[in-house]
Amino acid sequence: MSALQDTARKLLNDGTVSVVIGYEAGARGVRPAFITAPDQADKLIFDKRCVQNLATYLNPRRKQVAQLGKAAVVVKGCDARAVAGMIREKQIDRNNIVILAMRCGGVLQHPEADAELTAETVSIRCAGCTAREPKLFDHLFGELPPEPPVNAHRIEQIAALERMSPAERWNFWTEELSRCIRCHACREACPMCFCVRCTAEKSQPQWIDPSSTPHANRAWQTMRVLHQAGRCVDCLECERACPEHIPLGLLARYVADAVERRFEYKASDDPSVAAPIGVYRTDDDEEFIR
Amino acid sequence: MSNAVEQRSDCTWTPKVVAFVCNWCTYTGADLAGTSRLKMDPNVRVIKLPCSSRVNPLFIIKAFERGADGVIVSGCHTGDCHYSTGNYHARRRFAILHDLLQFMGVEEDRVTFAWVSASEGNKWQQVVNETTARVRQLGPFGSMQDQSGGTL
Repeated sequence: MSALQDTARKLLNDGTVSVVIGYEAGARGVRPAFITAPDQADKLIFDKRCVQNLATYLNPRRKQVAQLGKAAVVVKGCDARAVAGMIREKQIDRNNIVILAMRCGGVLQHPEADAELTAETVSIRCAGCTAREPKLFDHLFGELPPEPPVNAHRIEQIAALERMSPAERWNFWTEELSRCIRCHACREACPMCFCVRCTAEKSQPQWIDPSSTPHANRAWQTMRVLHQAGRCVDCLECERACPEHIPLGLLARYVADAVERRFEYKASDDPSVAAPIGVYRTDDDEEFIR
Repeated sequence: MSNAVEQRSDCTWTPKVVAFVCNWCTYTGADLAGTSRLKMDPNVRVIKLPCSSRVNPLFIIKAFERGADGVIVSGCHTGDCHYSTGNYHARRRFAILHDLLQFMGVEEDRVTFAWVSASEGNKWQQVVNETTARVRQLGPFGSMQDQSGGTL
């Protein structure tokens, strides 16, 4: 990855950016790195263990990162969609970031294991990837690797849920959401959750009960997922961040599929493409309305 | 809350349906149904909003938490919105909400979306009666209720 390190060093040396957000080796695989000194740039690495979506750190409410100054960020093609989303929604200025995009051949579901990429070990988010070759970038690195194997676990699980009766689905989610401790890690890890004040924290009126009760957990996830409709980039950081291993990726993917089916929209890495909620077509499907 | 439980245990349960309606079409349509003396199930509580696009999905969730067994969301037909485009935007949000609620296990018949214009008193009567009948068939929706809070 010397090209990435050289570029990072150069950007820091000539003062184009004051921090490069990337990945470095850590005690358990890789971890995010915030490189502010040019001589530290050779710490940067990129491989199949680099799962985390670093676009989250561009979130302006993350003051500790923001105060470091203008940032360059290492992204995969899928992460670039989150950067595009934040530009689209005026959270960051395209001219105020440098995007270091990596061609990617898939990442691991459990990066701490550092296994070979197979249909079992590859991340479920890589199934059906169309973003191996990033389109939103200032600098592009690496050769285009072959397509990753397909881990169809999540797609099969969604199909299985759709075959169930409503009562079975209700019980499935009641069971899964009963573990929720309302730590809101799903929100904190999400690059697209950047409201200054979250509805979940409003108390006048209190829309969502902050305690961890079945109805409140359900209301919280329903609201969170609905707010992500047409904005979610399916990076699965919510699911990865969840300490209770609730399969939040199922909800994210289901809504993304519904958005695609109804509005012919897929999360885009082009900031000029309008997100589907907030625009409309007069001939939108309304078969569900009487 | 205790009321709801008692009602269920002594088998006198009747469905509670909350209707979120737009001020310009459906509310006026419901008013017409009333002044026309159309016979309707008395289970619907109407909440008037400026526009169907004012319906936040949280309203629906909150209604269920507070003891509703069914919800009606209704506004002007597309193209007739008092604010020109409100219901077009609402329609997109409702579509996703409709799909997500089902994926999370809420029966489709618990939430009815309908366009009812100011002149469609008959349609309002139909929507109310059919929704109530379907919700009655499904039974109480206690599993979504906030066990500590108030009721409708």
